[in-house]
Amino acid sequence: MNRIIHHPILGEKKPSKEVVIYVDDKPIIAHEGEMIAAALIANGIFINRYTLHKHKPRGIYCAIGRCTDCIMTVDGVPNIRTCITEVKEGMRITTQKGAGVWQKEDQQ
Amino acid sequence: MEELHKSPAYPDRDRLYKGPIAIIECIEEIPCNPCEAACSNGAITIGESITNLPKMDFEKCVACGRCIPACPGLAIYIKDYTYSDTKALLSFPYEYYPLPEVNDIVEAVDRHGNTLCQAKVIKVRNPKSNDHTAVVTIEYPKEYFEEVISIKRIK
Amino acid sequence: MIQTELAIVGAGPAGLSAAIEARRAGADVLLIDENARPGGQLFKQIHKFFGSRAHKAGTRGINIGTELLRESQELGIRTCLKGEVCGIENGQNLWVVIDRNRSEIVKAKKIILATGATENAVAFPGWDLPGIMGAGAAQTMINVNRVLPGRKVLMLGSGNVGVIVSYQLLQAGADVVAVLEAAPKLGGYGVHTAKVARAGVPFYVSHTVKQAFGTDHVEAVEIVKLDASFNQIPGTEHIMEADTVCLATGLTPLTELAWLAGCKFKYLPALGGHLPIHDDRMRTTKENIFVAGDITGIEEASTAMEEGRLAGINAAADLGYISEEEAKIRSREIWDSLNCLRSGYFGQKRRESKDLMLQTGNEVIQWKIH
Repeated sequence: MNRIIHHPILGEKKPSKEVVIYVDDKPIIAHEGEMIAAALIANGIFINRYTLHKHKPRGIYCAIGRCTDCIMTVDGVPNIRTCITEVKEGMRITTQKGAGVWQKEDQQ
Repeated sequence: MEELHKSPAYPDRDRLYKGPIAIIECIEEIPCNPCEAACSNGAITIGESITNLPKMDFEKCVACGRCIPACPGLAIYIKDYTYSDTKALLSFPYEYYPLPEVNDIVEAVDRHGNTLCQAKVIKVRNPKSNDHTAVVTIEYPKEYFEEVISIKRIK
Repeated sequence: MIQTELAIVGAGPAGLSAAIEARRAGADVLLIDENARPGGQLFKQIHKFFGSRAHKAGTRGINIGTELLRESQELGIRTCLKGEVCGIENGQNLWVVIDRNRSEIVKAKKIILATGATENAVAFPGWDLPGIMGAGAAQTMINVNRVLPGRKVLMLGSGNVGVIVSYQLLQAGADVVAVLEAAPKLGGYGVHTAKVARAGVPFYVSHTVKQAFGTDHVEAVEIVKLDASFNQIPGTEHIMEADTVCLATGLTPLTELAWLAGCKFKYLPALGGHLPIHDDRMRTTKENIFVAGDITGIEEASTAMEEGRLAGINAAADLGYISEEEAKIRSREIWDSLNCLRSGYFGQKRRESKDLMLQTGNEVIQWKIH
């Protein structure tokens, strides 16, 4: 796992409430309040999407919501910046292909 | 090293080998002055312009070590050549996890991280006032007196 | 419609400092930030800041951030989080999308733009592989999110961001395999560089990344030596194993809102490119709009906080909460501090560019204090 538990400056990581989120239908454990992209890295997932034309993998680039490299489809809504979107219990996330597809009619 | 020897905070050879002394490796004019206030003996002077290099009054320095955690650049340490017949003493800032423990045998390194010799940890201080900059004291063979400035990160 | 006397866009060091000064003077302030938490990039700065001890030097950025938030809460500053400002109209109406599902118009008498900056990218074959990211991105992951994006990191760029993040990666438990610098000389403060050097990290000047290898993730990097004109020298390549590459190759001010508002710009490469013109009160060419922090040129949190205070004080004066006389005296004090922070070898270019900016700003900005 890639979580930093001990840190010389920040101290021990405070225990967080665990929530389950689903990435491509696979359940993973995330920490309440953390960003989706962080939960993925903590679980060893580094690919957030594949590009439209060349189908190349992309991971995080700026991690502050500017570059949109980390966008994924979250609860049926494509193009969500996962580095600045918090996890929620039961959230369903899919590795986005190209521009993604809206999976919920009522969100259109 | 040559630049370091020319800086107004680096002791001359006589003083360096005479007993415990604080050494400031700060040779660029950066806007910074917390070391000045950290010294209760008034041994360190920056002055009006905060980009001045620190000046050290080696007569006033009692090697108390308060300046070590105060320096945001972690550029101050204390050395004592007179510690024992064969060993010198070094106190330096350390901000990694885990901290070494007293009596640990650690690897002493030079400015480029090369391991030069083994050292024994004598003291580890990390009071709240240091704000997580621990001060570690090691003893190490005198022949490496000038080169050793820190230890290898413990993993 | 939300009405306010002063809307501040961006709750980083500049925006927070501006809000605190203006609110303290009595102005009604609305602080807007697109993130879920205020503080901007301060909370990933876990090192002790340089500067004058009179201005919080020796304090870690993260603690300065906490202190600013405490002050802003004590003053009861209204804050709109998860609010993305998407447009400015007539220099006073802000179009804000809140929580990604509703739209609000904020009508403000004065606006301070403190939008910050974003990291530059460098393109080389393979640069888009997962595992290759901005140095600030890695810093956010380790210090804010507390996850390690990789174990063997190659850092491209030896400026302060490059060496500070290298050190913090070591503190987080990663290894830094090398720091590369395209220029023939290292860029950061010597004391930051020395911390990384004595940890055994090798520095390569006149070097860059030629290409990165990997299929689903970066696995190795080919580095190459550069000549005096920054051309790659064939035959000098060698391959290094790395699972992460951090790009610390400068930042660009986030100036979109200033463009949208119709501010006039000036090009100052030493400060990061095209910048909204401002005067010594941080006023732009567009009536009622002020700027502060990295949007006015890439510098440090310490200067951003001072510029924020300057903008906050002058916006409050403009609203009638501070006398013209007092605003002048306090601005002068802040300028003394800013000039101090920009003095010395490292600050010289920024200082010169800022002087050019002020010269232009003081000439062309005519709108009067009401």
